[in-house]
Amino acid sequence: MTETQTAADAVATTRPTLLEARDLHVEFSSRGRRARAVDGVNLAIGAGEIVALVGESGCGKTTLARTLLGLERPTSGEVRYDGDVLNYSSKALKEYRRQVQLVLQDPTGSLNPRHTVYEAVAEGARIHGLPDEQEVVTSALSRAGLRPPDRFFLRYPHELSGGQRQRVVIAGALALDPKVLIADEPVASLDASVRGEILALLLKLRADLGLSALVVTHDLGLAWNIADRVAVMYLGRIVESGPVEQVLTAPRHPYTQALMSVLPESPERVVLTGEPPDPTRIPGGCRFHARCQILASGKAAEAGVADHCRTNPLPILPSTADAQAACYYANNTT
Amino acid sequence: MTTPLETTEPAAAQAAAGAGDERPAWRGTLRYALAKAGGALFSIAMVIVGTFFLFRLLPGDPVRNMAQGRNMTPAQLDLERHRLGLDKSLIQQFFDFVGDTLRLDLGMSYEYKRPVLDLIGERLGPTLLLAGTGLVIAVSLGIWQGTRAGWRHGSRFDRFSTATSLLLWSVPTFWLGLLLMMVFGVGVGPIPGIFPFRGIESVDAPDGFAYVLDVASHMVLPCLTLVAVVYAQYLLVMRSSLVEEISQDYVTVARAKGLRDDEVRRRHAVPNALLPTVTLVFMRIGFVVGGAVTVETIYTWPGLGQLFYEAVSVPDFTLMQGTFMLITVAVIVMNTLADVAYHILDPRVRSA
Repeated sequence: MTETQTAADAVATTRPTLLEARDLHVEFSSRGRRARAVDGVNLAIGAGEIVALVGESGCGKTTLARTLLGLERPTSGEVRYDGDVLNYSSKALKEYRRQVQLVLQDPTGSLNPRHTVYEAVAEGARIHGLPDEQEVVTSALSRAGLRPPDRFFLRYPHELSGGQRQRVVIAGALALDPKVLIADEPVASLDASVRGEILALLLKLRADLGLSALVVTHDLGLAWNIADRVAVMYLGRIVESGPVEQVLTAPRHPYTQALMSVLPESPERVVLTGEPPDPTRIPGGCRFHARCQILASGKAAEAGVADHCRTNPLPILPSTADAQAACYYANNTT
Repeated sequence: MTTPLETTEPAAAQAAAGAGDERPAWRGTLRYALAKAGGALFSIAMVIVGTFFLFRLLPGDPVRNMAQGRNMTPAQLDLERHRLGLDKSLIQQFFDFVGDTLRLDLGMSYEYKRPVLDLIGERLGPTLLLAGTGLVIAVSLGIWQGTRAGWRHGSRFDRFSTATSLLLWSVPTFWLGLLLMMVFGVGVGPIPGIFPFRGIESVDAPDGFAYVLDVASHMVLPCLTLVAVVYAQYLLVMRSSLVEEISQDYVTVARAKGLRDDEVRRRHAVPNALLPTVTLVFMRIGFVVGGAVTVETIYTWPGLGQLFYEAVSVPDFTLMQGTFMLITVAVIVMNTLADVAYHILDPRVRSA
């Protein structure tokens, strides 16, 4: 572990909360069935903090990110920014957009193919009526590592490489001088060599601008490299969270352990059985119990929590910076 | 696991940027347009060759066809053949035909005994007026409804407008035309006949502005028929490409930047969704020249469609040949223009 990370952790506890989800629920109804995509989430992102939200596809992490951005309205619960509950009037939302910006997985799809780099980056500034548009674009592009910026002004997305496109997307977000970046799988579609550059860029932005970030990913290696804190999501709920080295070196929740076990360094693999999670049918008790390797191996029964696992729903984890896991077995044995 | 990557500098990003292709974009477009024009000229040449052989392959002797019902001696028939140049060898006829066509001499109509080019010239105006107006209305209506339907796909407006347009699309043109003529032209029960339904102008057409009104009232029913039958295709193309565009990430990103819904639609989704529609519209402009054979025939509109219909029913080979070539060339030219327009509108195609 490096000094930068430990230093960041020391600050983490004292950081004021900037963006927060409180008891957030987001439901969709499709063909008469209700899908509880986000089913009770507390999550706080401090100023200057990078939080990684990890989980498998379909666990609700993208919905959570969209809800934090105000693109999706919560069924219940609230999103708070800087202490205030997010207001969904169009004027308030527009103001909010200056503070919290989005970076998506696929930079090719994130850029309008018929807009030049300049137009793409200038759009936010134009919408929000920022003065001196060209200056905004120039500085955003150079902060995103596209230098000299004016060489990129008249280029179209298809003329750029994948990494450059992602830099343009990031520049478009930076143009508004946001306080928080929400990045949904920001490097998943990039080549391995370019990934490092984009991650370094995000860290540099945090160091230079004090930017906070929520990085949504299914890649634990990425979480390790970039985040101060990690939150593991399973079937609409956060099942484990805490400082990144604590959660990823000593995972307590069996689901996190299973995720960790597929990394190449891991001594043994845990193969999860049972059906993949379906947000329209969330099981009772612990929502992971049907696939839980601890319960299946009988360890939970030894510890005397097996009945709890099957029948008693777990409370929603609070948003705290300390390590915590929503698991009867973990909380009973440690 | 690896260590954090704070020190990596984005050197590669700068190096790769903009290495020396600063040549003006219009030059690439010009080269592309010239290449396309060359291709179009080749197609037109093939059309001329094809037309010659196609119409020589048709069964029947044109001279006998012309002489239908009249008693002519073999000598008279031979004289007529000689007059039309049909007694020459096929090769000689071919070169004559190509030479004449290049000089825009499309021959004499058998039926009208007048140059085909003059006939086409007379009929072109009314056709462009009717089919052009119909196209403009159908395209505007289709794009407008397609945009609304696609933006909120699955809404009541979407289901209603899509179903209506498809219903009209499936209705046979002649049937709808006759129906409209009966109801709004002749009048049914309490509904009086409101609009004229024969020709392009009244026999006692007044002058000046009143004449414009007179022609406009004659256009109502044929135009309505024309639009009703075809606007569905613009609606459906626009709707489906808009549905595709709004699922794109850049629409989400634009929204996250603070654009209002209507701004997202106006600046991003609709302009991009219009691209496939542009191609369709250009292709249809090509067919406008051909006129709407059915509609013009029903409403005795003195246009090219009706001319073509008459040429086929006589049959008047030179006239058919002439109108056939005109329509094909128009379609080829418009397709070429569509390609060039697409090239200008879509930067992705431009660099390909």
